[in-house]
Amino acid sequence: MLNYILRKLALIIPTLIGISICAFAFVRVLPGDPILAMAGQHGVTPERYEILKEQFGYNLPIWQQYFNYVGGLLQGDFGVSLATKRPVLNEFFTLFPATVELALMAMLFAVAVGVPFGVLAAVKRGSWIDQLSMSVALAGYSMPIFWWGLLLMMFFSAYLGWTPVSGRIALSFFLKPITGFMLIDTLLHGNWAAFVSALRHLILPAIVLGTIPLAVIARQTRSAMLEVLGEDYVRTAKAKGLSGRRVVNVHALRNAMIPVITTIGLQVGLLLGGAILTETIFSWPGIGKWMIDSISKRDYVAVQSGLFLIACIVMVVNLIVDVLYAVINPRIRVK
Amino acid sequence: MKLMKTLMAATAMAALAVGTAQASQLIYCSEASPSHFDPGPQTGGNDFDASAHTIYDRLVEFAPGSTELVPGLAESWEISEDGLEYTFKLRPGVKFHTQPYFTPTRDLNADDVLFSFERQWKQDNPWYEYLPGMTWDYFQGMDMPGAINSIEKVDDLTVKLTLNEANAPMLANLAMQFASIVSKEYADQLAASGDLASFSTQPVGTGPFQLVDYQLDSVIRYQAFPDYFAGKQPIDDLIFAITTDASVRAQRLIAGECDIMPYPAPADIPTLQGNDKLTVLEAEGLNIGYMAYNTTEAPFDNVNVRKALSMAVDKQAIVDAVYEGAGQLAKNLIPPTMWSYNDAVVDHVYDPEAAKKLLEEAGVSGLTTDLWAMPVSRPYNPNAQRVAELIQADWAAVGVTANIVSYEWTEYRERGKQEDRKGPFQIGWSGDNGDPDNFFGTLFSCAAIGVSNYASWCNEEFEGLIQNAKATTDPAERTALYEQAQVLFKQEEPVLTLAHSKVFMPMNKKVLNYTMSPLGTHSFVGVSIAE
Repeated sequence: MLNYILRKLALIIPTLIGISICAFAFVRVLPGDPILAMAGQHGVTPERYEILKEQFGYNLPIWQQYFNYVGGLLQGDFGVSLATKRPVLNEFFTLFPATVELALMAMLFAVAVGVPFGVLAAVKRGSWIDQLSMSVALAGYSMPIFWWGLLLMMFFSAYLGWTPVSGRIALSFFLKPITGFMLIDTLLHGNWAAFVSALRHLILPAIVLGTIPLAVIARQTRSAMLEVLGEDYVRTAKAKGLSGRRVVNVHALRNAMIPVITTIGLQVGLLLGGAILTETIFSWPGIGKWMIDSISKRDYVAVQSGLFLIACIVMVVNLIVDVLYAVINPRIRVK
Repeated sequence: MKLMKTLMAATAMAALAVGTAQASQLIYCSEASPSHFDPGPQTGGNDFDASAHTIYDRLVEFAPGSTELVPGLAESWEISEDGLEYTFKLRPGVKFHTQPYFTPTRDLNADDVLFSFERQWKQDNPWYEYLPGMTWDYFQGMDMPGAINSIEKVDDLTVKLTLNEANAPMLANLAMQFASIVSKEYADQLAASGDLASFSTQPVGTGPFQLVDYQLDSVIRYQAFPDYFAGKQPIDDLIFAITTDASVRAQRLIAGECDIMPYPAPADIPTLQGNDKLTVLEAEGLNIGYMAYNTTEAPFDNVNVRKALSMAVDKQAIVDAVYEGAGQLAKNLIPPTMWSYNDAVVDHVYDPEAAKKLLEEAGVSGLTTDLWAMPVSRPYNPNAQRVAELIQADWAAVGVTANIVSYEWTEYRERGKQEDRKGPFQIGWSGDNGDPDNFFGTLFSCAAIGVSNYASWCNEEFEGLIQNAKATTDPAERTALYEQAQVLFKQEEPVLTLAHSKVFMPMNKKVLNYTMSPLGTHSFVGVSIAE
């Protein structure tokens, strides 16, 4: 097992190097200039421009800029944001819990709805239930997030008034962050009303962000279930006279879940990507919205370090999934 | 079921909490996160709203809803006969905010004023570069280093500002956000602890509100400063709920999650106006959208060609199509709300036949040119791409072929400034201080070529008029000079003046006494909430 983890870890190093190059190159291939973007309507004088360029090291050859950046990363220095002048690492981890909270809720929604729908569709294969749920899944998968978010917001928040329009919690609650996770913080403060408010604020963003993973999970569950339902052991279970429900829930679903869990793990990157749009629509103060703002301000430092951190997190999550998978299924370790 | 009941009870409690707390609080759905809270180096309107207009004051202020100058932290001032010396008498007994991180031991005095300007002016001041890579954008942009000779403390409550030459817009400059007065005592305390950066995140001012808390990208909370020199504000709490998307801001306003919002999307305005819980205030914006010809490039160096091209454009159709009712045709560079606006100026009439003839007379045929379209939406030009397409079609009718070009925004402006730029260039301007020099001088003085004079236009007579107007302090004389300048400007047509846009401010009807600023700033001084 230890060997397996070490092998996986060794693979991470070249990946990290690749990511650092991509993150570094990404902002630089965007048109625009970080120094000019910092200045406002009046611009900067050519002399001042040169001074600032030198100060930030943007006058150096590109390879040297890259090595300075990587040198900083190796020492844990992620730089200071050009726009806000605050350390990028502080900003990132102030906002990160909001994104994680949203992503977890979205995943919870996707699994809680997607798995039962997938199972139902497989069991009732070919029926109208199957057709309907797979059509809905296809629609969900093709849904443009921005449009879908605005549509839900206009109907449920503006028209019906059932859910809040945006934000993380009603503004009448003023709680100092402890963990950064609003649901946990409100409970730590012992404020039940605030907890309910935070939960209500999570509903729409979680549905919007969870829609695509839901569709993927439902389809994956359906196909995995169909495969498993044709296996000998399921036939044996049926032959033993077990109830249909027991056969599906205990014998089939358990085995069908293995590929589904992998799918869920792979959705993490997708969730972080989707979070960019969802957070923008719902004014959710997470890293997605922060990245968009940083890109539009050509904040090189925030973008390159932010992308690197996000990529690292996705990698760590995938590593954990791999390890868990190996724990569940020992055959994988040998391969 | 039990859980459901508990949830409902808790929701009701939450609603009750909202109801009681809102009695004296105003929620403003602001459009972006502030970079920090020091107005000196800031550049964005949202930055200023979150700092200069809440936390800080200036020596002189713009009166609410106008560009008229009224006393601020200076209760009076005198300007010497030659216009070179400004002597300010500071208001006695002005308190700075008391914060968990700072307790002031003295009232505002001349040292604070000197410090507020010297930190932006003198490169050897330890605060000149207290944040990495910071620039004092407006102090530089308004050419304060070139204008100021010295700032001296006469006594504790008297400050004397000496200029290098007479400069009539100076007083208006001092009412701008960058000229906010900060606490020297607080700066000294931070310098002693070696923590200079906190000056921008933990602000201390004399303004109507003091900062309580800022949650990054989410919410800014202020409370009314009880010892404000002009008296405590009617609202107790001011909250900025940061909401970047304009349509979402509108939804929040409709749902009652905020009381007032800036910059509605044009498409949302009819809905907001039709909502009986809301009021939508509107005002003429102090701005101009225009298209600058490069007057050094043939054939645009010929005034008749410029006139012909302007006459070939159906401006009214563009304003109707692009500004969606939020624009007003511009014939002058400055908007009609600004003093010295010359209404007698006659614009070039849309006349494609006459345009063709003029082009023929100038010997121009089969002209092909680039036509620049801004990549971003700005209040003065919401859709430059569409404007370019309409101009392209109008010009095609007179035999001129235009190729639309665009670049990323900073790149666009950089390329536009180049004197050898090819083709007419769309751009615009939002006034900083309500002074006509901020339009004429900033945009079309000879010195602005390569900086913000996108027409590369240097006209001796025009330059003489605007420089004289700048050096004169008599308003009547200045008005006459600017009126002449506008006549000359239209005759020379260095740019096609397109439109001035209107600005809308939707709010809940319970918001009382909000005044729209022609400068596009958002201040909540004097605003109250109906019970």
